[in-house]
Amino acid sequence: MIGSSMILVRYMGIAILSLLILACQKETQVERGNREKILIVGNGGDPKSLDQHLVTGVIESKVIGTLFEGLVGDDAQSDTAMPGALWSDGAPVTAEDFAFAYHRMLHPDMAAPYVEMLYFIKNAEAYNRGEITDFSQVGVKVIDPFTLQITLREPVPYLPGVTRHYTWFPVPKHVVLRHGKMAQRFTAWSEPGNIVGNGAFVLERWKWNDHILVKKNPRYWNASEVQLEGVKFLPIENFYTETRAFLAGQLHTTYQIPPDLVEKMSREYPQYLRQEPYVGTRFMRFNCTRPGLDQAKVRQALSLAFDRDELCATVMQGFEACTSYTPKMGDYSPAQVLRFDPAKARQLLAEAGYPGGKGFPRYAILMGSGGTRSTVEAIQEMWKKHLNILVDVRMMDQASYIEAQQKLDFDMALAGWIGDYLDPTTFLMMWTKGNGNNNTGWFSKSYEAMLQKAAQQTDPSKRLEIFEKAEALLMEQMPILPFAWQARNYLHHPSAKGWHPLLLDNHPFSQVRLEPTKVEP
Amino acid sequence: MKTSIELQQGNSLRKDAIMRLRKNRAAVAGFFCLMTIAFLCIVLPFTPWLADPNAQSLVHKNLAPSTQHWFGTDHLGRDLFSRVFYGGRISIAVAMLTTFVAVCIGVSYGAIAGYARERVDATMMRVVDVLYGLPFLVVVILLGKVLERMTSQWSEWLVEALTSDHATTEKINEVRTAVEPLVTMVPLFLAIGALSWLTISRIVRAQVQSVKKLEFVEAARSLGLSHRVILFRHILPNCVGPIIVYTTLTIPGVMLFEAVLSFLGLGLKPPNSSWGVLIKEGSDMMLTNAWLLFFPSLFFSLTLLSLNFLGDGLRDAFDPKSSKD
Amino acid sequence: MIQYLFHRLLQGGLVLLALFTLSFFLCRLLPGGPYQSEKAIPEHVKQKMMEQDGYHLPVHQQYLRRLSGVVRGDLGLSIRLSGRPVNDVIAQSFPVSFQLGLVSMMLASLIGVPAGVISAWKKNSAVDFGVMAVAMLGLCLPSFVIGPILAETMGRSWQWFPVMGWNGADPSTWVLPMVTLGLVYAAYLARLTRAGMLDTLSQDFVRTAHAKGVPMHRILIKHCLRGGLVPAAAYIGPAFAGIISGSLVIESVFQVPGLGRHFVKAIETNDVNVIMGIALLYGGLVVLGNIVSDLLILWLNPRARTLSS
Repeated sequence: MIGSSMILVRYMGIAILSLLILACQKETQVERGNREKILIVGNGGDPKSLDQHLVTGVIESKVIGTLFEGLVGDDAQSDTAMPGALWSDGAPVTAEDFAFAYHRMLHPDMAAPYVEMLYFIKNAEAYNRGEITDFSQVGVKVIDPFTLQITLREPVPYLPGVTRHYTWFPVPKHVVLRHGKMAQRFTAWSEPGNIVGNGAFVLERWKWNDHILVKKNPRYWNASEVQLEGVKFLPIENFYTETRAFLAGQLHTTYQIPPDLVEKMSREYPQYLRQEPYVGTRFMRFNCTRPGLDQAKVRQALSLAFDRDELCATVMQGFEACTSYTPKMGDYSPAQVLRFDPAKARQLLAEAGYPGGKGFPRYAILMGSGGTRSTVEAIQEMWKKHLNILVDVRMMDQASYIEAQQKLDFDMALAGWIGDYLDPTTFLMMWTKGNGNNNTGWFSKSYEAMLQKAAQQTDPSKRLEIFEKAEALLMEQMPILPFAWQARNYLHHPSAKGWHPLLLDNHPFSQVRLEPTKVEP
Repeated sequence: MKTSIELQQGNSLRKDAIMRLRKNRAAVAGFFCLMTIAFLCIVLPFTPWLADPNAQSLVHKNLAPSTQHWFGTDHLGRDLFSRVFYGGRISIAVAMLTTFVAVCIGVSYGAIAGYARERVDATMMRVVDVLYGLPFLVVVILLGKVLERMTSQWSEWLVEALTSDHATTEKINEVRTAVEPLVTMVPLFLAIGALSWLTISRIVRAQVQSVKKLEFVEAARSLGLSHRVILFRHILPNCVGPIIVYTTLTIPGVMLFEAVLSFLGLGLKPPNSSWGVLIKEGSDMMLTNAWLLFFPSLFFSLTLLSLNFLGDGLRDAFDPKSSKD
Repeated sequence: MIQYLFHRLLQGGLVLLALFTLSFFLCRLLPGGPYQSEKAIPEHVKQKMMEQDGYHLPVHQQYLRRLSGVVRGDLGLSIRLSGRPVNDVIAQSFPVSFQLGLVSMMLASLIGVPAGVISAWKKNSAVDFGVMAVAMLGLCLPSFVIGPILAETMGRSWQWFPVMGWNGADPSTWVLPMVTLGLVYAAYLARLTRAGMLDTLSQDFVRTAHAKGVPMHRILIKHCLRGGLVPAAAYIGPAFAGIISGSLVIESVFQVPGLGRHFVKAIETNDVNVIMGIALLYGGLVVLGNIVSDLLILWLNPRARTLSS
């Protein structure tokens, strides 16, 4: 018995030693990626599916964006598909594929969760709700194999931005139908081996929670311009792990640095650190039906006593203290109304009937498992210090947290929103009555009237002006307390060139190239 | 007559055990270390030497240990020294409570199963198998849901009972801050304890089965002693070793589970802290503020090591067989 | 013996049925339902989804439907993963968790059992305390501390092993998760082995052997190890089932594509079929693990053997 275990120990020793020697001589993954022209990207998680009609996430958009490509024309009324473009199996991409994709997504049986992205099309919503059953009444019409006519519900000046979203991409009709009926929800067409795309890359391999590998698509219409041989997506959810892996040379670009490492990275690895704006806002929902919180003055007081700069300096490093709700995008510039003014806050609170915080109800901040402890702790402290009020915290698992908000079973809730396209509507439309993302119990007729007016306005600058007024009203009423604008803080290896800051973070991988670059430590 | 003899023997056994325990230097050291930590955690929060564990100060954020802040401060400028001791209070209370419940249930259940006839034993152990297989987190989330309603009511009652009718909002808030963490945590962890006795019961059952065939059990049986007396006075004392050892093994698991719960959105509410939460947060700050990981881990490890050495000492001391030495 | 095994397996079937029923109804009690998403899904779409996936049926009908599926070996579809079969989820992730669990358990036994034996032999000496203090490492520091420390040092600074990732064919990717996971179980095994060994060492036959002049290492290995391993053997059954069905912390720290993360995410999103599938798998493993561990106890402990005959 002793003898055999000794032998075992010896073998283990030899095995470990040889492993060590092997491990030391290997080139890093990044070096290998540079050699093989494969970009290794941290993607923050695994896509739920690659069928663009079944998903809603940002993670999915990165992968789907390499496999598919949308409309090419910029004309609001009639869009053309690229003549001569091919699917990766050699079949031509036609306008029929686009029409099929929209039909499939809008079909009630498909139950596509992100279907609202297509509601810009005339009669699309009615068809999706089953109020009309004839798809020819929907504003999608195939004129010829390469021309598609789309009739819109109302003028949508930002349509080109919307159609870049994956919900507007075509699907290969012949492949989808090969694996099932049109509006069948779960079919195998988007599985590795079956999926066919028109993007710069094709799906090579998908190992769940491990990696997704896409390889260059030789049939892509612009294949000669694509420099990369492939992209490898790593679904790393633990951002400490991701940062560590990057510094050990295992990936070219990360998804996100944990806030508490941002300062260290900017000090020690400025050559890697990228900090870019991103269209997203972190805010707090108020339940405007709760006594106390139903007063705009109370909500204003809570906002004025909220030191956003301090929060972004201590627990949300890398985020930007916000001055309004909608982040900066294009020409849209809402008034910078959010500020820190504890004296005014105390005055408003007194006017609302709680002088010096006396008699103020004890509310609880609702947070899901995605929220961070220190953020709420900092908020608790701010209100205690500046308004002399105490708030509790109610923690929940993610599903209960979402449900509690939808049922208005909360006082205040930490939340966030990320824009789908570059237009203020993606941030402002949700605060209308009955919108599934409102969840504050607040609505305002004049606010909705303004949004209506803006929708009919064809002059872009006047349109934005109306939105600015609507947002001013929103900030005056303050059903939500915005506290930080999202930013992308990530590490990027200098050998991946052609990677530019983008507000929606939808980097075109077809334009990235890998050139081995020495990095000075 | 019989009982009085037993009683007498019991007394002398206990005295012997304490004598033996005293001679075991590691156990004594463990005992004193444990007592010191427990004493500090219980008493220090009532003294003025400990800063408010939740008081934040921007000027003092991320300070390394110094004479002013012995264990340094965190990213919100809170004093880690007081957070460690306030946190220890909660961690120790939670761990003791949960483990106590788990051990009580597990030992009785396992002992009965091990002693009973084969059919009863098999049924009892298959029940254990079913409970093992249940998705523990689902059960805990559901428990949290049910208990959330109840405990918020309980703490309201308690606050009302503890304050007079004319109490100011400040006074009520103060009482609530003190009462709430306990009222919300205790039932949850009692329930968790009532769910984590499974491994103990398996270990005790195996041990009982191996002891019950020994000669002295036969002797007791032929004396006509009742099953209860045989099982709890004669067999169980012979199983005390693994019981004590596994008990000391359960405690760290519970302390850490509390942290896991907090990060799933259950358990201890901010701004309160516990060792589990402090260690979890410290592990994220490992590269930037290493002291935030070091000090909570130090106290956590010291407590566990002392517990285990004390447990070993107790095991040796109360081992009925070792009295023959 | 064969009859005993047959009985145990039959009981195992009943255990799984009870487990299935209990967890099915527990999952139905979870708040939220499986169609929650951060960005709200329009109500009529949600209704349609429920209809398509059979969630609109009365609960008992759903139960019977699922039960008949499970009996036929079909664990249903995952809602969170857009209709991916749960069988596939398990088929892809379980081998990884199994492999990792197996090597970790081997490492844990190689560290834990000898450590327990040595410290029982050198009871209350410096050797005992030293060995125990080291064996306890995996308990004193949680794996979410040990994991990152190992990854920072051996992974990032010294570049011995990759800091994350898993490749079933490349053992260098196993080392860090294996050590982190193994240390926890090594601590348990060491403590339990030590206790069991001390129990056996204080028995009469050891004294007799000692008096006869049998050398100590022979007494330890030949006479005591069997009895001394009983507590560890009782522990190892469920522990093994646990270790090979995935660990959230290890999988998250080292980016291992195992079952643990699927399970926790399924719970967070109420993905009932995945929860049920993994719970059933784990339940089956517990049943098997406990049978093996009970057989092990019988073999280790001749006195208990007469019981089952």
